[in-house]
Amino acid sequence: MSQSITYVRDGFIEAEKPPTSDSSAFAWIRHNLFASWKDSLLTVIALAVLVYYLPKAIDWLFVSAVWTGTDRTACLTTDQGGQLPAGWSGACWAYVNDRFVQFMFGSYPRDQLWRPLLVAGLFVALLVPFLIPRVPRKGLNALLLLVALPLVAYVLLLGGYFGLRHVETSLWGGLMVTLIISFVGIVMSLPIGILLALGRRSSMPILKMVCIGFIELIRGVPLITVLFMASVLLPLFLEPGNNIDKFLRALIGVSIFASAYMAEVIRGGLQAIPKGQYEAADALGLNYFHKMTFIVLPQAIKLVIPGIVNTFIGMFKDTSLVTIISMYDLLGIVKASFGDSGWITPVTPLTGLIFAGFVFWIFCFGMSRYSAFVERRLDKGHKR
Amino acid sequence: MALADTRTGSSEPPKVSLLYNPALRSVLYQVVTLVVIVGAVWYAWNNVVQNLARANMSAGFGFLNSRAGFDIAQTLIAYSSDSTYFRALQVGLLNTLVVAAAGIVTATIVGLLIGVGRLSNNWLIARLCTVYVEIFRNIPPLLVIFFWYLGVLALLPSIRTIFQHLEENPDAIFFISNRGIYMPAPIFGEGFGMVVGAFVLGIVAAIAFTIWANARQRATGKRPPVLWVNLGLIVLFPILVFLVMGSPLSLDYAVPGSFNMRGGMSIGPEFLALYLALSLYTASFIAEIVRAGIRGVSKGQSEAAFALGLRGGHTTRLVVLPQALRIIIPPLTSQYLNLIKNSSLAVAVGYADLVAVGGTILNQSGKSIEIIAIWMLVYVSISLITSLFMNWFNAKMALVER
Repeated sequence: MSQSITYVRDGFIEAEKPPTSDSSAFAWIRHNLFASWKDSLLTVIALAVLVYYLPKAIDWLFVSAVWTGTDRTACLTTDQGGQLPAGWSGACWAYVNDRFVQFMFGSYPRDQLWRPLLVAGLFVALLVPFLIPRVPRKGLNALLLLVALPLVAYVLLLGGYFGLRHVETSLWGGLMVTLIISFVGIVMSLPIGILLALGRRSSMPILKMVCIGFIELIRGVPLITVLFMASVLLPLFLEPGNNIDKFLRALIGVSIFASAYMAEVIRGGLQAIPKGQYEAADALGLNYFHKMTFIVLPQAIKLVIPGIVNTFIGMFKDTSLVTIISMYDLLGIVKASFGDSGWITPVTPLTGLIFAGFVFWIFCFGMSRYSAFVERRLDKGHKR
Repeated sequence: MALADTRTGSSEPPKVSLLYNPALRSVLYQVVTLVVIVGAVWYAWNNVVQNLARANMSAGFGFLNSRAGFDIAQTLIAYSSDSTYFRALQVGLLNTLVVAAAGIVTATIVGLLIGVGRLSNNWLIARLCTVYVEIFRNIPPLLVIFFWYLGVLALLPSIRTIFQHLEENPDAIFFISNRGIYMPAPIFGEGFGMVVGAFVLGIVAAIAFTIWANARQRATGKRPPVLWVNLGLIVLFPILVFLVMGSPLSLDYAVPGSFNMRGGMSIGPEFLALYLALSLYTASFIAEIVRAGIRGVSKGQSEAAFALGLRGGHTTRLVVLPQALRIIIPPLTSQYLNLIKNSSLAVAVGYADLVAVGGTILNQSGKSIEIIAIWMLVYVSISLITSLFMNWFNAKMALVER
């Protein structure tokens, strides 16, 4: 009976030809681009699309683009009131060039720009050795980066101490705000996330339920609702007449949101640690605190570093949502500049968004490459 | 201490301070947690009451029955500015569900194609798919929405151009403008219900036929022509009924009004921007999940299938995909949930979803606590229902271990 089942062959197929050892460029092309008629068709279509659109895109972005100019007339065609020939379309980089400082720092007082620049320099100086595995003294480095730097940055950026002029947070903006919000989110979410993850795995029912409830509620709702909650409800929850800073509210919202996601990543790490490790710690007579800080957490966090970096990437992208509660991060300030009468042209929005997208992309792509690098390194450790 | 006990030979447990009793400690910790939480809630509630009293406002959901007073551009159910706030929220929820459902379907299809494309032997296709994934994965979804809304859709021809175009080609029925896509709307005449009934009947019959065909294949080894019979049942049968009923369907064409197109069916640029951005953004993540899933099935599985004489299509459908799905479904679920949550970015371009409508109500009535509570409740419910469904699907697909 099984003979008649349709998907069983009843004859022999021809033996395949022996593999050729042809390694010429022509053979590579035939093997990788024209292996079968379907492949050939796909290749031809893809090539046609590329040949048609790629030159156009390059032309729009670079060749026809306007690089210099001081106001909108530089990027307008003659019938729109500018000097460019009719039918012109291209990127208006002159506008990005003109607004660059604003895109980076918002309305931060121009004579005080050394302060954010100094913070940025310190940040890079502490971050680079932290990320290179060979550099020693990681503990001290982490302490400086995650504890000392935020304090220094707070004093430097906000001012009001040591004769520094006070700069209100409403003047902050641009990439600076994007970086501050995501960095604070990262620094706050790690400890809170660890506590929540431990709470979720604890054997105390009430503690466990509180942690599960918090994590699942925050993970079940969009970030916007959490941001709205922080910006609208937080003032209601505090003492009457309080005047809690808008920037601080956004920071609290983002931190709460990031903590819930971080907790789940860390829980994954905790679950991956063999039970023997917990039992060995118990057998040595370590108490809960020592067991976690010396035995379990170091291993668990090392396991989930890629997951943690992925959470950072997600958070970095999500900071753009503060635009909606009318704060000016990079995306917010770029979008706000579209309405700037000095630079209203048909190509301004596209140019500005491509610029903002490129900046976001550089950061996120860099982080994802780093995460892949760590993953490979950890993999090696396990194989050995 | 244990050593000391054995020496003296006493069988009594060692005397330990009550402070070190694990059970008592755990109770103590939980009581402290509870006290802190209750205290915080009591403190917040107290402040809310005082703050509301100061602003001369009351709490409660009674406001949901008062008149909304604002218009919504895209509504699926009857709504006017005289409807209640509650009705407005229903419209918003439906709009959220529509854009989320459309986005999930498109993102799955595009993600599947891109994910398979990245594994293709064709070097060019694999590279192009990689470029797509690396670009969209690393850009905020909000930026992609703005890109479509402000960068692309806003540059489409204006309504005035459409009017001119219509004067030159009076037969045109399908228009794309910067105010959206216009197309004829179907008007269902009498007897169209029969066609729908025939369609449903066709689907039921097709399922029954497939079950019968499978049973027959198992019994005799012969496979009836399932595809053709099912196509006939699902497509041909309703068309026949449609013709028999005398084509009970007419079209309402979009015609130029004074400032805008009138009649017909239109899809606004807000919806298009949100839908395209959500689909393309999520597709890049789904592509990675699909790729990981297919690579997770060991090559020996497909080689074994080939050795058994299964053809390429059968190998994919019967051997590789069922195993890949087990790896794919859990992360896919969280991507679907992300897409649903990201649909709340609608508020940035003014598509009237739950958050956008709720935001308008919040600004009008100042009922912030109630609105945010409704948002959270609705989104948590949608998330729970989606993950319940996907968990069920996952359990169905899971490896049956004996």
